[in-house]
Amino acid sequence: MEISILFYVFAALTVGSAFVVVFSRSVIYAAFSLLFTFMGVAGLYVLLSADFIAVAQIMVYIGGILILLVFGVMLTRKATDVEVRSGTVRTLPALIIAGIVIGTLIHAFTSAQWLQVEGVPDIEGTTLELGELLMTTFVLPFEVAGILLLVAVMGAALIARQEVK
Amino acid sequence: MLDIGLTHFLVVSAILFGLGVLALTIRRNAVLMLMGIELILNSANINLIAFSRYQHLNLEGHVLALFVIILAAAEAAVALAIVLHIYKTNNTVEADRISDLKE
Repeated sequence: MEISILFYVFAALTVGSAFVVVFSRSVIYAAFSLLFTFMGVAGLYVLLSADFIAVAQIMVYIGGILILLVFGVMLTRKATDVEVRSGTVRTLPALIIAGIVIGTLIHAFTSAQWLQVEGVPDIEGTTLELGELLMTTFVLPFEVAGILLLVAVMGAALIARQEVK
Repeated sequence: MLDIGLTHFLVVSAILFGLGVLALTIRRNAVLMLMGIELILNSANINLIAFSRYQHLNLEGHVLALFVIILAAAEAAVALAIVLHIYKTNNTVEADRISDLKE
C-alpha cells in the first residue's frame, strides 16, 4: 500500500519536473528541474529493487551530467545577459506528434500481454552480483566502456580547447 | 508490490520518452536539446530495469542500464564540448541560427 503511494509520488515528481524542463522559458529553471527528474527516476529504481543503479543514477547523472549541463548553460551566455531565456519553435505540430508518440506507446504497453513472473521476491542487494557479472560475463564490454570514457574525455578536451581563428 | 505492476513503470517511461522527443523538437537552445536526450535515455533505462524486475530478477538488464549510464556520461561530455565550440565560432547556441559547419 505504502509502496504504491511512493510510486505515484516518484512518478509525479519525474513527469512533472520533466514538463518544466520542456516548457520552462528560463534555461536555468529547466536545468534545475532536471535535477528533480533524475531524483524521481532514482526513486523509481529503488522501488524496482535496483539499488546500485539508483546510486549510480544519482552519482553520474546528478553529480556529473547535470553539473556539466549547468556549466554548459553558464558558459554559453554573455556576461551582459541579465537572464538566460530561450523560447520554443513550432510548438503545436510538435505537441501533436509527441502526443501521438506517447499515446501509441501507452496503448502498446497496456495492451501487450507481457510475460510476467509472479511473486519474485525483492532481493537484498544487487551490488555483489552486479560486480561479479561485470567481472565475468561482461568483462569485455566493461573494458571497452572504460576505453570509451577515456577517449570521450580526451576528445571533449580537444574539441572544447580548440582555438578559433 | 501488489497493485503496482510492470505497466505502471512502462507508462511513466513512455511519458518521459515523449517529453524528451518534445524537448528535442521544440527547444532552440542546444543545451536544452541535450537535456531532452538525457530524458530519452532515462526512459529507456526505466524500461530496462522494470522488465528486469518483473521477469525473474536477473541482473542482465541492470548491466545494460549501467552501460547506458556510462554512454550518457560520455555523450554529454562530447556534446557539451561541441556546443561550447559552436558558441565560440557562431556566438550563439540557438539551433535555428546555426547554419554553418565552419567559418
